[in-house]
Amino acid sequence: MSRRAVITGVGVVAPGGIGTKAYWKLLSEGRTATRIITHFDASPYRSRMAGEADFDPVREGLTPQEIRRLDRAAQFAVVAGREAMADSGIEFDQLDPGRIGVSLGTAVGCTTSLEREFIVGSDRGKYWEVDQSYAVPHLYDYFTPSSMATELAWVVGAEGPVSVVSTGCTSGLDSVGYAAELIMEGSADVVVTGGTEAPLSPITVVCFDVIRASSTRNDDPATACRPFDKTRDGLVLGEGCAIIVLEELEHARARGAHIYGEVAGFASRCNAYHMTGLHPEGIEMSDAINIALKQARADVTDVGYINAHGSGTKQNDLHETAAFKRSLGAHAYKVPVSGFKSMIGHSLGAIGSLEIVGSLLAFEQDLIPPTANLHEPDPECDLDYTPLVAREKKVNTVLTVGSGFGGFQSAMVLKKVEGAGR
Amino acid sequence: MTRAVVTGIGIASPNGLGPTAYWRATLHGEAAIKPITRFDSANYWAKIAGEVPGFEAGRHLQGRLLPQTDHMTRLTLVGTDWALRGAGVQPNDIPDTDIAVITAATAGGYEFGQRELQKLWHQGPEYVSAYQSFAWFYAVNTGQISIRHGTRGPGAVVVSEQAGGIDSIGHARRQLRKGVQLALTGGMDSSLCPWAWVAHQASGCLSRSNNPKRAYLPFDRDASGYVAGEGGAIMVLETPESAAGRPGTRIYGEIVGYASTFDSRMPSREPGLKRAAELALRDAGMDASEIDVVFADAAGIPELDKAEAEAIKGIFGPFGVPVTAPKTMTGRLFAGGGSLDVASAILSIYWSAIPPTVNVENPVPEYEIDLVMNEARHGKVKAALVLGRGKGGFNSAMVVREYR
Repeated sequence: MSRRAVITGVGVVAPGGIGTKAYWKLLSEGRTATRIITHFDASPYRSRMAGEADFDPVREGLTPQEIRRLDRAAQFAVVAGREAMADSGIEFDQLDPGRIGVSLGTAVGCTTSLEREFIVGSDRGKYWEVDQSYAVPHLYDYFTPSSMATELAWVVGAEGPVSVVSTGCTSGLDSVGYAAELIMEGSADVVVTGGTEAPLSPITVVCFDVIRASSTRNDDPATACRPFDKTRDGLVLGEGCAIIVLEELEHARARGAHIYGEVAGFASRCNAYHMTGLHPEGIEMSDAINIALKQARADVTDVGYINAHGSGTKQNDLHETAAFKRSLGAHAYKVPVSGFKSMIGHSLGAIGSLEIVGSLLAFEQDLIPPTANLHEPDPECDLDYTPLVAREKKVNTVLTVGSGFGGFQSAMVLKKVEGAGR
Repeated sequence: MTRAVVTGIGIASPNGLGPTAYWRATLHGEAAIKPITRFDSANYWAKIAGEVPGFEAGRHLQGRLLPQTDHMTRLTLVGTDWALRGAGVQPNDIPDTDIAVITAATAGGYEFGQRELQKLWHQGPEYVSAYQSFAWFYAVNTGQISIRHGTRGPGAVVVSEQAGGIDSIGHARRQLRKGVQLALTGGMDSSLCPWAWVAHQASGCLSRSNNPKRAYLPFDRDASGYVAGEGGAIMVLETPESAAGRPGTRIYGEIVGYASTFDSRMPSREPGLKRAAELALRDAGMDASEIDVVFADAAGIPELDKAEAEAIKGIFGPFGVPVTAPKTMTGRLFAGGGSLDVASAILSIYWSAIPPTVNVENPVPEYEIDLVMNEARHGKVKAALVLGRGKGGFNSAMVVREYR
């Protein structure tokens, strides 16, 4: 009998609040948490806004050593990981550690710490030959993002397959897809997965400035990210983390666990087009959607909600709208679509996992969070994007998608599991 | 179960470009660890590395690609070209959605990143390259390969420090099982710039010796760390049916087993390397007695060498199997290292020879491993086990076998 991967625990660090409850409150109320950047002086930059998490590592229970050692993104993963573990009800120390894995998504890893240390070692970029005497002891952990998977694996007690999956802005979807594959093929029974990102530092802001991908609506940061709206002018960066406990279905049933839903289908595609550009036809995203639906044995008419990438750029809006139509046909016009980045910004490698968790909570609450800031729909985007206000609807199948630099297009189908109520 | 065979190998190694030059040098034990030339190492305590010599990106890649790529991406793109050429894959031979690209990364395009960080902080934001958003990040090589060759199948990037080169090939095999025909997979890595070097020094893993012959000595009583290098291998992995679609395609060998595990932080728990090897053998449906050679991780750090020797001894018995570490010639290649070891294992099978471990003179007797030292051993190699570890606790093992 084939093995199935289900979600039994979730944990969140997000703009607008720490923890799953605060996250859902924000989404369901359609509030936004984007603001002028406070982490550093962003005044020299073109786009000065972000979805920032009000995260106090001391209050979240991290030790002084953890706070010193870990990049902010790794701190998020530890905190959200602990919430997800507790939420799952699994007694991790009772499991065979060799059957527990970790798959963590991140796009830019510990860039914030690397930039901070670079400024010191190079004396603000003065020296190409960075001074070795200013190297901090954990510099190598920042150098390669697999250190964050190590940290999460330590929290979990995992001794099975552990890895970081890094595919730009689809990392948060792809890491969970990878985790589901580990469970389905039998390499693990429980995989703690998700994505984390704390990219808010000058170099990341500049990356998006120079390609003019980010919004310049600095005078109105709370409404700056406007996916599918004709006044949209780019993405707003964000930070955050969602950690998900993924478990083999029978393993979860045997302990009477609460099951949020199943990762029923997942596919990724390269667009072979452009490292940062998207083709307006959305063919590869549509391919990914088709494969994910097929794997989930779901009909297009089963899809009750689409969680869009909705980054707030025109090319994205046209790209995914075309992909939804291409895959779902007439049904695309009947199914509600919404984009969370309008509320929490674009947290790169974490956002895919945050979107999965938000979609699972939509299952639980029979409520679809809205697309915030959508007042003047772009006539070229003619689907139902659930503007401004959450909508009550019972949903059994969710499609969530993502696009990433490098040409990555990913789609995941989440299904409610029968007889799994809390 | 879908089988996965290697039909093309692209190699950029400090001791050879391309599988033929690399294999000739490696069988002869030609070491390529030398004083660093890529930057001025005067102000750093570590001064030697394995650099890929004679690689002129402009001879292989269009000019427009140069400003948007780090050195490691250039190596990757050229290595992929070579692998595809070796496999005889022409555009349109295989539907573009049936080709996956799965690479490993450790630190991204770091030299590119340092240059842009320096521009940002020394000159100002307006000087930062428009390519920085993707040239540094970890996913860059998969994206660039896909664009260069028009592949529209699945794409992924795995990061598990120095175990990643094996993990990427394991994940590529997973894609074949899910239905794609062919995968471009492996890793090529390079982080030889001052800002990366400071991080390497901080890892606590680099050798304190700057004598190229005495610096990286795995399993030796004088082991004191490793030497960093650059390069790696990109392979064409495909189903036998796919290879059969191109008559005359050479099959180097088959990937038959793979597993990865993780080390607990608790000292009471046994390290996971042995378990990874056992799981990979089980995945291959093979007994340890069928393995003709082990390509060791060979950390060059005494406690890690000891743990690996114990794992090998635990599975094969004392002196139970030839063990080798050709990476003693190149240094450790990070995301590229595991892939190059798998390529070496495949070439061992193909050419019936085990390359030597160089520079090691005094292996620790208590390790009780049959280390292939100084001279290659010639003779039939039917199957090999490749071991890899990454800092932080990553263990990966892969079993390769002659194709029959």
